[in-house]
Amino acid sequence: MLDLQGYGPRLLEGAGVTLALAVLSLILALVLGLVTASAKMSHSTVAHRLATLYTTLIRGVPDLVLMMLLFFGGQIGVNALTDSLYDATGIDIFININEFVAGVVTIGLIFGAYMGETFRGAFMAVDNGQIEAGKAYGMTPRLVFWRIRFPQMMRHALPGLSNNWMVLLKTTALVSVIGLADMVRIAAEASKATREPFTFMLVVAALYLMIASVSEWIFARLQKRYSIGYGEDD
Amino acid sequence: MADTPLPLEVNNITKRFGDTEVLKGLSLKAHKGDVITLIGASGSGKSTFLRCMNLLEQPDDGELIVHGEPVRFKSTARGREPADWKQVVRMRAKLSMVFQGFNLWAHMTVLENIIEAPIHVLGKSRKEATEHAGALLERVGLSHRADAYPAQISGGQQQRGAIARALAMDPEVMLFDEPTSALDPELVGDVLKVMHGLADEGRTMVVVTHEMGFARDVSSQVMYLHEGQVEEAGDPAEVLKNPQSARLKQFLAPKY
Repeated sequence: MLDLQGYGPRLLEGAGVTLALAVLSLILALVLGLVTASAKMSHSTVAHRLATLYTTLIRGVPDLVLMMLLFFGGQIGVNALTDSLYDATGIDIFININEFVAGVVTIGLIFGAYMGETFRGAFMAVDNGQIEAGKAYGMTPRLVFWRIRFPQMMRHALPGLSNNWMVLLKTTALVSVIGLADMVRIAAEASKATREPFTFMLVVAALYLMIASVSEWIFARLQKRYSIGYGEDD
Repeated sequence: MADTPLPLEVNNITKRFGDTEVLKGLSLKAHKGDVITLIGASGSGKSTFLRCMNLLEQPDDGELIVHGEPVRFKSTARGREPADWKQVVRMRAKLSMVFQGFNLWAHMTVLENIIEAPIHVLGKSRKEATEHAGALLERVGLSHRADAYPAQISGGQQQRGAIARALAMDPEVMLFDEPTSALDPELVGDVLKVMHGLADEGRTMVVVTHEMGFARDVSSQVMYLHEGQVEEAGDPAEVLKNPQSARLKQFLAPKY
């Protein structure tokens, strides 16, 4: 049988870290994605350019490089800031960039760019007549958005969102590089200590697969919910 | 007698798309109970004119007065825009539109379509809106399809549902944008019958249509547009039976 040599509880803790990191990053990515999509569709040239700069930058640089840039670079930046604060006022503080927060911010930033493109395509797929009908019946832009555009957009966005989420989930493995004790890092430690890498990596693979399967199920339910009225699954 | 404000008055509307002037100063006065039909070849500007009335298109110039309240405009770098979008929202709620492509909201049932704006725009209670919707569905002959989604019913049923949705707003004026043009011929009759009934009960309507029979039998006034101008207008009995302009004569002549 599988002998985890006492590493079981720590692996589970690591799985908890992975899941928390993934879910929080997802939330940040969804918010950034909606903002980016809105900016790209807005009439404002400034908003449009900023959003394009963001997506180009993020999508053109490897995730791992971005993560290290943000984590180590971010620490240098914060240190410089607190140093200048000390020079100016004599107040001495030290802010340590938390690995977990850095992980959430980096992964959220990376996937916000991908989500933005997914959302933008989905918003453009909504039939303009549906939106005009909302306007013609006296709906405010806010009402048109939440009652018509958003629910209709989601049907088109979900396949892409689900794909992004799966990639995001696996990207969390990168945070072990900056020292966060996610399940990959703990498995790596256990492998070294016990010299049984296969056992621990197999467990990690199974845990990822479990999270992925549950997510697939959730996305299938969401897809069904947002496909209501389109002749599928009726 | 005190003057009651006209449900809808439009004065001297102009509109250009790029270099093309599609509306060259069109006006219209709808009194209560009027049924005004706009006819003309495609490209004559009749749909654009109708869409200017609820500001789905922004007219470049001209006045728009809904139930005595003039819509305020301001000039911006992008052209003329309404000065107060809150006013536009309020005004649109008084003019409900029936579209050529129906445009029932695809993710809602027929019933949900009908109660949507009364609840969220007019602030009615769900119970009150649903009761009203029940009566309207009966009236357009769609009670048995209340819980169907638009994709599950025929075009004629969708359009009758869309008319019920428009009626649910208790509008001052109903705007119809070629309501039967996207329908199979055998479904046109049911929709026209509903519209006929609305005219009989004194609804104020502006109708863009290719149905000359409807224009002749139902409307109180017909306007024939050509290249963004009124070529001929008046009592349909006169205008359609005895057209004066050569263009209208040709437009009305049998095509085969």
